[in-house]
Amino acid sequence: MVFNIIWFILWGVLWAVYFMVDGFDFGVGMLQSFVGRSDAEKRLIINSIGPVWDGNEVWLITAGGATFAAFPTTYALMFSYLYSALLLILFALIFRGVAFEFRGKADSQGWKKGWDLAIFLGSFLPSLLFGVAFGNIFQGLPMDASGYHGTLFTLLNPYGLLTGVLFVLLFVEHGALYLSVKASGDVSERAGGLANKIWVVLIGVAVAFLVYTYFATNLYANYLGNPIWFVIPIIAVMALFGIKFFGSTGRYLKGFYSSCVAIVMVTFTGVIGLYPNLIPSSIDPNYSLTIFNSSSSEYTLKIMTAVAVIFVPIVIAYQIWVYRVFRHRVTVDEVVTDKDAY
Amino acid sequence: MDVVSLSRLQFAVTAAFHFIFVPLTLGLSILVAYMETHYLRSKDEMYLKMTKFWGKLFLINFALGVVTGITMEFQFGMNWAEYSKYVGDIFGAPLAIEATVAFFLESTFIGVWIFGWNKISKRTHALSIWLVAIATNLSALWILLANGWMQRPVGYVLRNGRAEMVDFIALVTNTNGWLKFFHQIVAAYVVAAFFVMGVSAYHILKKKNLVLFKTSFRMAATFGLVAGILVAVSGSFHAEQVAATQPTKFAAMESVWETQRGAPYNIVIVPDATNERNSVEAIKIPNFLSLLAFHSPDAEVKGLKDFSRDDRPPVSVIFYSFRAMVCLGFLFILISLIAYISSRRDRLEFSPGLLRLLLYLIPLPYLANQIGWIVAEVGRQPWIVYGLLRTSDAVSKSISTSQVVFSLAGFTLVYGLLGIIDIYLLTKYAKKGPDDDLSSIVNTARI
Repeated sequence: MVFNIIWFILWGVLWAVYFMVDGFDFGVGMLQSFVGRSDAEKRLIINSIGPVWDGNEVWLITAGGATFAAFPTTYALMFSYLYSALLLILFALIFRGVAFEFRGKADSQGWKKGWDLAIFLGSFLPSLLFGVAFGNIFQGLPMDASGYHGTLFTLLNPYGLLTGVLFVLLFVEHGALYLSVKASGDVSERAGGLANKIWVVLIGVAVAFLVYTYFATNLYANYLGNPIWFVIPIIAVMALFGIKFFGSTGRYLKGFYSSCVAIVMVTFTGVIGLYPNLIPSSIDPNYSLTIFNSSSSEYTLKIMTAVAVIFVPIVIAYQIWVYRVFRHRVTVDEVVTDKDAY
Repeated sequence: MDVVSLSRLQFAVTAAFHFIFVPLTLGLSILVAYMETHYLRSKDEMYLKMTKFWGKLFLINFALGVVTGITMEFQFGMNWAEYSKYVGDIFGAPLAIEATVAFFLESTFIGVWIFGWNKISKRTHALSIWLVAIATNLSALWILLANGWMQRPVGYVLRNGRAEMVDFIALVTNTNGWLKFFHQIVAAYVVAAFFVMGVSAYHILKKKNLVLFKTSFRMAATFGLVAGILVAVSGSFHAEQVAATQPTKFAAMESVWETQRGAPYNIVIVPDATNERNSVEAIKIPNFLSLLAFHSPDAEVKGLKDFSRDDRPPVSVIFYSFRAMVCLGFLFILISLIAYISSRRDRLEFSPGLLRLLLYLIPLPYLANQIGWIVAEVGRQPWIVYGLLRTSDAVSKSISTSQVVFSLAGFTLVYGLLGIIDIYLLTKYAKKGPDDDLSSIVNTARI
């Protein structure tokens, strides 16, 4: 039992870290064509995430793999029920990854414009669709003894879409703050200014989300049952205001850290609310997938706990080292002269 | 077609496409790391140029290998939900471990390697490509332990309506997985060796950057020769293991219909599956098949007729793929030997025929890798987990034919497009040759 809970927390951590790290990659990808005005600036923007995006994406693979290993029934049903949505996410991620590597490999305008579009859609669609998917998980999926009763379009309900929009805005804000810290010159300034403007929309949507969540989902039941947990959404909201607090005085690095906290805490607000479900059923609670009825055996959970306890800290350590190696701001000059840059 | 056939086709298409890029990554990462180590030791800029030239091709190839790999992990849940539910307790573990211990390492340090030329010491930079090389090969190990479990399920009990892991050590010491791993990595090294020899041959023919490409060629020829021999050795052990544990696959590989003691080896066979016999059997070596498979000239080899038709894999495709793979394997040893000798004697410029041949041979080791997997995976049919779960019982219940038609069409289109772009870029940069201006690195790199 205790290992089911450990893996539930780890499951939440893996998704939260994934959204935190690939979130700014997505934000940067969505902003690339809007913040970057010349080709050199557009290259600067991609290169600001160049050394890290690939390692960030592996958090998704690990979140997926961990779901498979620890909660195989949830993995199986979640991935097959959300077939078409995941397919779109896959195509988007494929194009995004290839676009970074291929964009600079030929000189024609059409080539670059095409890959810029791939970077935008490859960042926008996963952001939106992960939000839509999690919004629907928070609400519960229409599933019972005879399986799943929905399509791609039932996922696009108002609450699912609102969660999608929230994710897009969180990531755009996150990406803008990242650029303001990692880029230099005009790009950095424009990104910082944009972060302050987007924040107004973000906070509106975030409030709407928190209110709508009360009506559309059961997430608050756990909080009302045990109010101590309210500390998590409260930190989320404080962190969201922290972004503005630091951003409006130009302290963007602190704003970026606030944004990291906000994304992790928003994810955990949902995760705590779900407990003990991983995917509730919206039509028959007997068919909800919980961390107990959809999990692996205790033996498997123990093995996987050992693996996670040993290796996840190692991964975090070398990824932090990489962020330190590439901590400087990226400049246009550097990107233009560096033949290894994207 | 129904959901099962479409899902199988989709898995085959996406896995085969993914596997165009993986073998080159496995082998070329080691060669590039070796080249950079040479540069580190000798401080000779020729090796730096060499590292950067092959590194660029490595990265173009690597990008597609990574993104098409994500598809594989998602598909187990998307299309094979019943499989994932039934075996996830034991099969999910190696996949999750692969991501945690190998894929993270590979994806993080590839970024360090691409962008770190001026940011870290030369030694750390060389270390990062070694980490990438080790991680990609480690990644292969975990994936093949997962596949090995599908071929030879071990370390589980049937409980709570599914296969549950009871022995992790059995899972990670599964002989099938380890033999697949050894056979696969060396087969991948052959792909990389022939790729490097072929591209080098092109430049040697053009008489450009002769020293650089002759040196690359010699490294690759040595690598290819050693790997080629190890492919045959590991393949022979693997075939023995298949004979012992997967009798239907082995019978299909050799097209054996009747169970017999002291089975002969026929050099020429034409299988006739409808009539359950071989329409042609010629050039017989008595007792040799028994000897090959079981080390004893009188050992019994099971024939396909011993199994009900429902439990047999399709014979012809497996038989021909296996024969073709074996022939190609020996061809690669022969050609790498000739290439090695010619390179050692410094005769390459005077052997345009050999060079041209090597250029056109680049696709063949890729083909051998692909058909090897056809033997392994089609040979496992009709089982998704050999003897335990049928492929037809493994498919997702909630997906419709139209969904899979749509996704299969999507994958074909997207992958087709990306494949063309990748070949275009690889050809462009392979032909272009090394960059002569290394000033940005040499002058600014920290020691």
